[in-house]
Amino acid sequence: MALRPILSSLRHHKLTAGLLVLQVALTLAIVANAAFMVAQRLQRIHTPSGLAEQQLSLIRVEGTAKDENHEARHAADLDTLRRIPGVQAAVAVGWALPFSSSVNSYGVCPNEEALKRAMAASSLDHSGCLSIDTYSGSQGFLQALGLRVIAGRDFTPDEYVTGDVPAIMLTRAAARKFFGDKDPLGQVVFAGKHSSRVVGIVSDVVRPMLRGDGSDGEVMLWPQLPDDNETTYLLRSAPADRDRVLAAAATALQALDPDRLIPEAGRRTYTQMREDYFQRDTTMIGLLLSAGLGLLFVTALGVAGLANFWVQQRTRTIGIRRAIGATRTDILRYFQAENFLIVGGGVVLGMVLALILNLLLMSRYELPRLPVWYLPTGALALWALGQLSVLAPALRASRVPPVVATRSV
Amino acid sequence: MFAYYLDLALRSLRRSPVLTGMMVLAIGLGIGASMTMLTVLHVMTRDPLPELSAQLYYPHLDPLPANYPARSEWGDPSDNFTWPDAMALLEAHRADQQAAMAGGRVLAWPVQAGRMPFRIGGRYATAGFFDLFGLRFEQGRGWTAADDEARARLVVLSHALAMQLFGRTDVVGRTVRLGDARFQVGGVTADWAPQPQFYADASGRGNYGESDRFFLPLATALDLDLSVSGNQASWKEGGKTSGNYTWLQVWVRLKNAAQARAYRQFLIDYSASQQKLGRFERPPANAALYPMMDWLAHQKLVPNDLRLQLWLALGFLVVCLVNIVALLLAKFLRRSGEVSVRRALGARRRDIFLQFGVESALVGSLGGLLGVAIAQAGLWSVRQRPDSYAHVARMDLSMLALTVLLAIAGSLLAGMLPAWRASRVAPALQLKAQ
Repeated sequence: MALRPILSSLRHHKLTAGLLVLQVALTLAIVANAAFMVAQRLQRIHTPSGLAEQQLSLIRVEGTAKDENHEARHAADLDTLRRIPGVQAAVAVGWALPFSSSVNSYGVCPNEEALKRAMAASSLDHSGCLSIDTYSGSQGFLQALGLRVIAGRDFTPDEYVTGDVPAIMLTRAAARKFFGDKDPLGQVVFAGKHSSRVVGIVSDVVRPMLRGDGSDGEVMLWPQLPDDNETTYLLRSAPADRDRVLAAAATALQALDPDRLIPEAGRRTYTQMREDYFQRDTTMIGLLLSAGLGLLFVTALGVAGLANFWVQQRTRTIGIRRAIGATRTDILRYFQAENFLIVGGGVVLGMVLALILNLLLMSRYELPRLPVWYLPTGALALWALGQLSVLAPALRASRVPPVVATRSV
Repeated sequence: MFAYYLDLALRSLRRSPVLTGMMVLAIGLGIGASMTMLTVLHVMTRDPLPELSAQLYYPHLDPLPANYPARSEWGDPSDNFTWPDAMALLEAHRADQQAAMAGGRVLAWPVQAGRMPFRIGGRYATAGFFDLFGLRFEQGRGWTAADDEARARLVVLSHALAMQLFGRTDVVGRTVRLGDARFQVGGVTADWAPQPQFYADASGRGNYGESDRFFLPLATALDLDLSVSGNQASWKEGGKTSGNYTWLQVWVRLKNAAQARAYRQFLIDYSASQQKLGRFERPPANAALYPMMDWLAHQKLVPNDLRLQLWLALGFLVVCLVNIVALLLAKFLRRSGEVSVRRALGARRRDIFLQFGVESALVGSLGGLLGVAIAQAGLWSVRQRPDSYAHVARMDLSMLALTVLLAIAGSLLAGMLPAWRASRVAPALQLKAQ
């Protein structure tokens, strides 16, 4: 089909066509980047924690009296919790857990020289030491969380203490970071003046607050018993039992000691914990999606609206063309080709704008580079959208009878 | 004439209701989304204490070791003060009004036996706190420097806490149990809740929606080892009173620029003297004095996600406006015949321009009204977020007016080009073509 007549007709509508080109370009730029951000966030919220999340729930208890015997209290509480029907395991855990938004990290050195370097510099930087996120709990917390020992051994009962612990476990990522290719088992690490032995390697688990820089799997586990007025108990049960088990646990713990606080907010299933942790990302995904769809919708309306006007404006001209031999298909093709050209101009400009926008976002919001394949995909989508929106007006144009040419208005 | 144009505009809009509805919807969506985000940012960054903010300053010292890691996830530890530094600044009395403070949470025990205690947030502060920030007392008064020295067991309650504990506010002299200690009530303040909570630890990110329920002497809190909230960092052994543990905030009130300059110099001199003593390792020029609003900017209260959301909304608005320019242009040009007739009958170009301007403004006003409704819905959805800023996401009157203005200005701007283009239509040519 000859493009010349279309181009020369567009030249008469420079302004309007230009505006449409601009709109398509802006839409492509924003939608491509929004889609990329959605993909990023989706990947983030599906980060596996390494825990048996579906079966876990947590309950937090605050003692109001000072100086009570925590160990005896925990033993009594755990005994009560384990009696609740449906509870498969109950342990006390430290306040930091994956997605808990609380962090418990320690400066740990893989050998004495590194420790000396760090002490001399009052800093962990460049010393070989690492500030590492740490999970702790009472006996059996590993299994309760759904973690496995993949090398070495589990903690023995007498290794569970309050204060300085004799043994630790590392994830594979943490072991690699500390010891490289050396066998980590049996190595001694230093946390301050105190030293502990690496007794095992634990299956992968993520740190409490994700950084997304590839270091999220560097975690240490140690058998330190909670020793605080505020205690968090972890319960394991069938997924469907969790709400019932949590309610029963709250009642049972309150009955055991009426003088303590069991806040509603401290009672959560792990599913809720994950949702809360990623809530900002979920919100952002929702907003990006609705903005993207909104933009496409507005642009489609704009294309259709303008095409409608042009069909009405050119009714007489179309009639003349039909009268001198143009077929319906010719008319249809004319409008489709016109739309193809306009959207094409917008798409070319839009790809450039999308890259510029991506550069801006990279510099200001630490977004990664937009993968190139987003651009042709977005372009094709907009072309398809343009053709779809112009279809109805173009069909109407093709049905204009030749006789219109002979009428005065 | 204006009324006539309005009538013409109404007729024209009614003639193509679908298109009109679409334009109004586009403006409404764009304006609504933008105003939602602008309002959230507006309330997050507004002046929390307009009557005093110009005189309030936050001093900054840098007692960290030379190679301390630059920034942690929880903020810069040198944003807070060590106990010796805070006390040295206060004892130098270089500001008329000054106070050191820290936030904390304690268990408050109801007066009636048998009720469960509840956890509340409040402030541990030195005596100057109330004058410094201009708190108003409903009953009694604050405490004195001598009470600070004596580590007096005195507490000032907020109106809300007094009502919650006693059901009344004339409770000066009565006893309250907080944590494991008993305090005598020295005063009750009117409720005071600056938003953001500018004076609190920077890691609280504004603590939107929170307010202090009680105030007690800082030295007393230290004495009883009450729990402190916020970012606390130490780089050597030593407790809260050591020179290598930052956990305090210091605020001063200075009357004019000359005083502020003098105070800034004092901070640098103090840092230099500490460096000579071997305590500070970093250059004395790191010392700074932030005016309150600069301090808030330094804290970066607005998360990146919110800024992104604002840009997204504004981008959406721009596309909507471009869309409307194109539609109005097509719509106006289609009426070229009508314009020609009017022009041939003697209407001037500006009459045509005005006529179409009125039509654009009408679309804008309708879009603005829709935008207000959409922004309210948007703010409602923001308030459902669990972030602390969600509590304050409400539109005030000025933002409401701005919404409507923005919508009208936007659509006038969008209508300008099409109206101008229509006013250029030559009378004769169009008539002939018909």
